[in-house]
Amino acid sequence: MSRAVLLQVLYLSRRSVLRALRQPATVGPALVFPLLLLAVYASGLGPASGLEGFPGDSYLDFIFAFPLVQGAVFAAISAGTDLARDIESGFLSRLSLTPMRPVALLAGLLAGVVALGLFQGVFFLAVGLLAGVEVQAGLLGLPLLVLFTVLVGLGFGGIGAILALRTGSGEAVQGSFPLIFVSLFLSSLLFPRNLIENDWFRAVATVNPVSYMVEGIRSLIITGWDLQALALGFGATGLLVAAGLFGAAASLKTRMARS
Amino acid sequence: MLFFSVALAVARRQVYRVFTKLSFFLPSLFPVLFFLAFAGGLTRVGEVPGFDFPAGYEAFQFVWVLLQAVTFGGAFTGFAIAGDFESGFARRLLLAAHRREGIILGYILASLVRVTFTGLLVAVSAYLVGMQVLGGGVDLFGLVGLALLLNFSATLFATGIALRLRTQQASPLIQTPLFLMLFLAPVFVPMPLLEGWIEAVAAVNPLTFLLEAGRSLIIGEPAGVWFAYGVGAALALVLLGWALTGLRRAERSGS
Repeated sequence: MSRAVLLQVLYLSRRSVLRALRQPATVGPALVFPLLLLAVYASGLGPASGLEGFPGDSYLDFIFAFPLVQGAVFAAISAGTDLARDIESGFLSRLSLTPMRPVALLAGLLAGVVALGLFQGVFFLAVGLLAGVEVQAGLLGLPLLVLFTVLVGLGFGGIGAILALRTGSGEAVQGSFPLIFVSLFLSSLLFPRNLIENDWFRAVATVNPVSYMVEGIRSLIITGWDLQALALGFGATGLLVAAGLFGAAASLKTRMARS
Repeated sequence: MLFFSVALAVARRQVYRVFTKLSFFLPSLFPVLFFLAFAGGLTRVGEVPGFDFPAGYEAFQFVWVLLQAVTFGGAFTGFAIAGDFESGFARRLLLAAHRREGIILGYILASLVRVTFTGLLVAVSAYLVGMQVLGGGVDLFGLVGLALLLNFSATLFATGIALRLRTQQASPLIQTPLFLMLFLAPVFVPMPLLEGWIEAVAAVNPLTFLLEAGRSLIIGEPAGVWFAYGVGAALALVLLGWALTGLRRAERSGS
């Protein structure tokens, strides 16, 4: 990457991060809602940890993957909405008249997602540890948990960017939120796959890559160093990141040609 | 314009928008998603010692999802009102309508249509996953009545906020209290199985009374139904005042 492109990426990353920080209505829910739901699920579903075959003995430990993944999705949706706003306001069209490289725009936008994901990961982890989450992987597992959060955010950020670039509408990106939520809930996010009774749900959860991302994160908390779960988790997350980035780059190319 | 013609005009426009704009329509699918996720994935929770609900976990979750659907139907109506103020449409509406209370009634009617559709979607999903209903027709009628009363209250609450703030940035203020009320209730297990802080909060949460009464109706063993109706009616009465004073504020602001 040339120095000029790097500079462009830096400028746009700074813009992206500052824009996120200047919108407490965006950052606030991305931090508060996942924690609120964590508290509700941990209390409401606590008795489920007594079921035979339940991994670990604490539902709080089990569900701790939830805020990490959901927070990343929140960040990704807001990044997609921001990009759509740039399209709606004509910023992208004006940018296309400058020597700015399209890749810099995408990298800048995703840098904002990564920054927010990093902050979320550290924040959720700190709150979780204070609330009594025990990470079996020990101290070395903590940065890995944050890395998972950042990568999941980057992957969903790419999806958010695809939606924004394809539709050019913030409303459409927001409207797609339920569809992304479907992928979270139809997984082993709330309950272990071995205890899911409905065949159709277990089948959907088994083919849903989100299950493997969640189980990778969860393995660090409940089991320790489970290499198979980690490989599957990083594999699924890597695929999401690759699909998100390639899709976003292709959509950006089409959009810039139209602008 | 007379009161009812204002109401009908507002309702017709709002219903048209809900069913023709994807961004308005998609959130209607949220409750179905919640139902599939909770009732589909968490059925084994029904086997937790002390969990006693004869109609099964699907029916147990159906009542909560139904109440969640009608509550968020009210919230989305609030978002639409806020959006109408931002676009300038609401200002023109306030100028055109002689009986402005009709505007509130219009949004309430639209909200009712919206949640009727969403409720039916949830009911069909529940039927498809094999939910058992042990209550009779009267019980189900009672459950629907509770849901409509809650939708009325939630719509009035959201309307009151939207009329006061008149910006879409009010969305978190509409959504958060309703969200808290919904989730700080016995969502996943019955009241006696809740432990710790959530038990204390759920015990004083008005939604708990409606939820418990609704669950008693779906299994055909009504309990606390009149009390729940009383709580719902009291909420609706207070929130009607909240929405009407919000309308006065919007009128005074001239925006």
